[in-house]
Amino acid sequence: MSTTSTPSAGVGREDLERLAAHWEERPSLRAWLSTVDHKKIGRRYLVTAGFFFVLAGLSALVMRTQLGRPESGLVAPQEYNQLFSMHGTAMVFLFATPMLFGFGNFLVPLMIGSRDMAFPRLNAFGYWVFLFAGLFMWASLPFGAAPNNGWFGYVPLSDEQNNPGLHMDVYALGLLFLGISTTSGAINFIVTALKLRAPGMSLNRVPLFVWAIVATAFMVVFALPALNADNAMLFLDRRFGTHFFDPSHGGNVLLWQHLFWIFGHPDVYIIVMPALGIVSAVLPAFTRRGVVGYVLVVLAIVSISIISFGVWVHHMFATGLPQLSFSFFSAASTIITIPSGVQIFAWLATMLLGRLVLRVPLLFVIGFIVTFVLGGFTGAMFAVTAFDQQTTDTYFVVAHFHYVLIGGAVFPMLAGVYYWLPKITGRMYHEGLARWAFWLFFTGMHVTFFPMHLYGLFGMPRRVYTYPNIAGWAGWNLVSTIGSYLLALGVLLTIVGVVHTLRRGRPAPPDPWGGDTLEWSTASPPEPYNFPVLPRVHSLHPTWDARTAESTGPGASADRVLSGGRRTLLTSELDARQERAVAMPESTLKPLALAGALLLGFTALLLAWYPVAVVAALAVAATLAVWLWPPRLPEQEEVGP
Amino acid sequence: MSGRSGVAAATGAEAFSAELPAGRPTGWWGMVMFVATEATLFACLLGSYFYLRFQYGPQWPPPGIEEPTLLKPLVMTAILVPSSLPVIWAEHGIRRGQRWRLRCGMAATLVMGTSFLALQATEYDEKLHMFTMTTNAYGSLFYVITGFHGLHVLVGLTMISWLLAASLRGGGFGPRRHERVRNVAIYWHFVDVVWVGILFTIYLSPRL
Ligand code: HEM
Ligand SMILES: [Cu+2]
Repeated sequence: MSTTSTPSAGVGREDLERLAAHWEERPSLRAWLSTVDHKKIGRRYLVTAGFFFVLAGLSALVMRTQLGRPESGLVAPQEYNQLFSMHGTAMVFLFATPMLFGFGNFLVPLMIGSRDMAFPRLNAFGYWVFLFAGLFMWASLPFGAAPNNGWFGYVPLSDEQNNPGLHMDVYALGLLFLGISTTSGAINFIVTALKLRAPGMSLNRVPLFVWAIVATAFMVVFALPALNADNAMLFLDRRFGTHFFDPSHGGNVLLWQHLFWIFGHPDVYIIVMPALGIVSAVLPAFTRRGVVGYVLVVLAIVSISIISFGVWVHHMFATGLPQLSFSFFSAASTIITIPSGVQIFAWLATMLLGRLVLRVPLLFVIGFIVTFVLGGFTGAMFAVTAFDQQTTDTYFVVAHFHYVLIGGAVFPMLAGVYYWLPKITGRMYHEGLARWAFWLFFTGMHVTFFPMHLYGLFGMPRRVYTYPNIAGWAGWNLVSTIGSYLLALGVLLTIVGVVHTLRRGRPAPPDPWGGDTLEWSTASPPEPYNFPVLPRVHSLHPTWDARTAESTGPGASADRVLSGGRRTLLTSELDARQERAVAMPESTLKPLALAGALLLGFTALLLAWYPVAVVAALAVAATLAVWLWPPRLPEQEEVGP
Repeated sequence: MSGRSGVAAATGAEAFSAELPAGRPTGWWGMVMFVATEATLFACLLGSYFYLRFQYGPQWPPPGIEEPTLLKPLVMTAILVPSSLPVIWAEHGIRRGQRWRLRCGMAATLVMGTSFLALQATEYDEKLHMFTMTTNAYGSLFYVITGFHGLHVLVGLTMISWLLAASLRGGGFGPRRHERVRNVAIYWHFVDVVWVGILFTIYLSPRL
């Protein structure tokens, strides 16, 4: 089932040495700052996004402590506004998407049998921009200048008259800055999955996780511009006196909402889809069979990514738009539950037909199914316009979307963390610690958020910093707060578990679970060049397939060793026929320099130091020019950007 | 094929350079996806234009602002849209190894694009006497949409001058090495096509 980490006879010692010489980096500060290795970048994404998750979680704990009893005065209203706004913004933009990008970065090249992403330097750049944009936004909190108008920043509350100060400038600029990272990452995933798949990995052999990442990347490409346009207009309105959202001069406040939700609804799927991909990746290893209905699941993924663009108005049922449009969008919102259901049934069937191995990743998958399905039910309730009118902006909504987001994203992510920890770190985690973490997290989650349905139905509005001592509200709020501490303990134990793995974990074999995708055919952790021989794929489950092992083993054909330089293979988009070998870039400091110049520019814009912003823009242009200047090469070959 | 020497022979730098590049390279896909996301951005801006216009009421542009005149924008169109032709000509040239065509084509496009920007500057100069970005939503839309497009023209021109400079510096580009030319060409065609959308939205649609 699994192959060994020691490369096979198809590769000579000399080849291995050459591969190592080309790909390995001696540890040094410079190497650390300049690396373009997708595995290191993926790890950084995971750690940084995890760090922002902890910060956002701490904000939530402060909120829950404040709301634990009625009329409490722990935080002032202005502070509370910033807390929930930063919490929501950071969870959605700085944690959920980047965390999944982290998994994608680490795994996509390994799963498709390539040596790196299509644009490794762009990848490094995306990470630095993400880090800087995240710090840019969080840095505003200690100054009391953090966004304070919710994660969706509605005008007119966020315009200059109603919201003076830097708060919403941080929001608009921070999200624009971050958008650069998300867009470049998405394009990179698409091109990588289209062109760098191992020979033989035709579209019907692409792992479901990769499908999910690619569909997500397409959604990012077509959804994020709406958010960017929105934020650019908001910033211009606030700072330079334009009137896009100003009704007294011909603007319109609903324009913000339309653009925001044209982005925001697909964004729900941008967050959930790759997480569902993780579920599809984890299940085969613990049920000992492939996911049932591969083609149906792929169709579901593709159709969700399309339909999700047609339903944004369901976030605006309370805005007084024409009734007819409500019917259309209600219908679309209901239809999208079908492909989601298809996936759920495919997983249930897989579990029923397979032999279950109840390890921690599978526990988290089960936790995910339970929680996500509950969240899906309340979601379907909102598709009923009349119900939505009653519950919008109560805690019922808060309960719903945490069921969807924690159920649909955090549980699968934790499943993924435990599943790939041996591959990423080369060490096994502590099973007992992990089980405790799961049960605390699972219980904490439901104890926190289930009562929110109740006091939401009892009429408690969301985004209030305190509330009067009303029967029904006070008791259940206390329960929620206790739950949130349990949940936090679960997260803490996970962190402890990861640290324990790094320090004490016993060495992991290449394939501890018997997984079916190509990453398990590499060493744990993988060599810098991933694969000594680039594999040839013959089925949907390459590591379960003897012929794949042969194609990287003794009889392997030599043209896929590619040890002369940093090289990998390009294949054709649909059927992955081998096309040609390409050189991959060496490590470089340019991505960091470019991201740094951008950080300077955005900071200067925020603080209205416009001359500095101009200097930064010139620095960006200069770095780009140097970056893209064609190297003097022999005439034959073009190096990827 | 067994043994190390066989492996090395098949994987040396020469092994693949004999083949002509097959299939679309990664850079092509990268540029196409980038253009796709940029096009969506323009679609959002133009969509906002129509949204605000239809929410505004019957008179558009708002009172106090005349309908945009057509002569200058049509001249600008007549300059910008054909400027894609020299790019195509240059790209075909370099595929056959004719560097002079690359250089001449890029130079021609550079001149046309720069004239477009110059005309846009005079257009702004006239319009600014009538209204500014802060006059009302119409003004905001006008300047932000055309300005954003102008910025794209500028970026495109920078890319083209950069190609020109790189090709003058002593080659590099040739029959097997023109991926960058193709990528810049895609971007430039995109900038042209978007202008047609802007012409329709900003200049023609108020007259419909
Ligand atoms: C880890 C445990 C979490 C706790 C205890 C928690 C708690 C809360 C609370 C109490 C609020 C309501 C604030 C209010 O309306 O007054 C809230 C809002 C929110 N949460 Fe969480 N949350 C958690 C995790 C998450 C995660 C993982 C996500 C997303 C991936 C998330 C996204 C949001 C969003 C988008 C809002 C709305 C913010 C706004 O009203 O603008 N939360 N959270
Ligand atoms: Cu939605």
